[in-house]
Amino acid sequence: MPLALFTLKDSNISAIFVIFICSVWPMLINTAFGVASVRKEWMDVSRTLEVNPLRKAFLVVLPAAAPTIMTGMRISIGIAWLVIVAAEMLVGGTGIGYFVWNEWNNLSIANILVAVFLIGVIGMMLDMMFARLQKAVTYRD
Amino acid sequence: MTHFLQVQGLKKAYPATGKTGELVVFEDISFDIDKGEFVCIIGHSGCGKTTILNVLAGLEQPTDGHAFVDGREVSGPSLDRGVVFQSHALMPWMTVRQNIAFAVRSKWPDWTEHQVQSHVQQFIDMVHLQGSENKKPSQLSGGMKQRVGIARAFSIQPKMLLLDEPFGALDALTRGNIQDELLTIMQQTRQTVFMITHDVDEAILLSDKIFLMSNGPRAQLAEIVANPLPRDRTRASMHHDPKYYEVRNHLIDFLVHRSKTYSTH
Repeated sequence: MPLALFTLKDSNISAIFVIFICSVWPMLINTAFGVASVRKEWMDVSRTLEVNPLRKAFLVVLPAAAPTIMTGMRISIGIAWLVIVAAEMLVGGTGIGYFVWNEWNNLSIANILVAVFLIGVIGMMLDMMFARLQKAVTYRD
Repeated sequence: MTHFLQVQGLKKAYPATGKTGELVVFEDISFDIDKGEFVCIIGHSGCGKTTILNVLAGLEQPTDGHAFVDGREVSGPSLDRGVVFQSHALMPWMTVRQNIAFAVRSKWPDWTEHQVQSHVQQFIDMVHLQGSENKKPSQLSGGMKQRVGIARAFSIQPKMLLLDEPFGALDALTRGNIQDELLTIMQQTRQTVFMITHDVDEAILLSDKIFLMSNGPRAQLAEIVANPLPRDRTRASMHHDPKYYEVRNHLIDFLVHRSKTYSTH
């Protein structure tokens, strides 16, 4: 984070950068894995039908890898939410993370507990949202 | 180039690894298929039948030799050759209609939605899947899935069809029904077909010529048996023909005894 602040010279952009860097990996690795493990028979079908690369990407590879990609996104959104809160504590000024830190300085434990609860609920809702998306793209064999 | 399909000196070998030398799956495979012929290839596992089919489909490169279809060398996959895969290979996220439409749109990208749909419907009707158009493959039985696979291969109206043990995973009763359907379709369309099978009766029922392969490694095309039964044979009447047992015994003798010992070396 300090390195990001030093090079980017902007606290908001640095925060976004740190959130991105922390949360991108599960998504990236899962996407790569999902695309790499698209079944050979589906690729063979597309090859024998001479499907052009763009159609192949959107109609074969993307739907085939979608469940794995969504899994990665679900993990990523969880990490991103945690890092958002932490980054807000450090950057300060706005956000629920800053609020928690500020209330700690005010020694208002009740407010902190409410905020922590809220963070938990939002995190859960985000996770549920992605769980639903994941279910929507999952296919039965 | 008098034959529709010509295969010359086909060989597939995998490079030597460590202790073992070069592994030759098959070599010296040459044959011709004429337009409108239905050819079955029979052999034990490991003799490279699927590899030969993949070479014809353009999905695999042979180590040596050439395959020509309609005067042109096979250099890669093409819409001229429809393939039915053993594992049906339907896209599970698409409905029956979408699966076939996917193939149709690949062949004729300029067609309107209406043209595509009516073309698709025609092939759904051909394999008697009316009523299941909007089902996903997971909701279909094994036989129905394979019917969709067959409809998909036919729908692009290829110059020839390559069937890789299309009925291998089906139970005997379903298999019989689909064989009958395929036979009817073949008698109407006069497609050129190259099919892999393990089933001697299936080969006799469907094909005009039966290719017998010896066992691998170094498998070879041992014999080409012309089917003596009339072309209008049916599954119900076929076994009353005295020639049927003659062919059948010949094929089984080959598979049980001669396929092991056959060698030109």
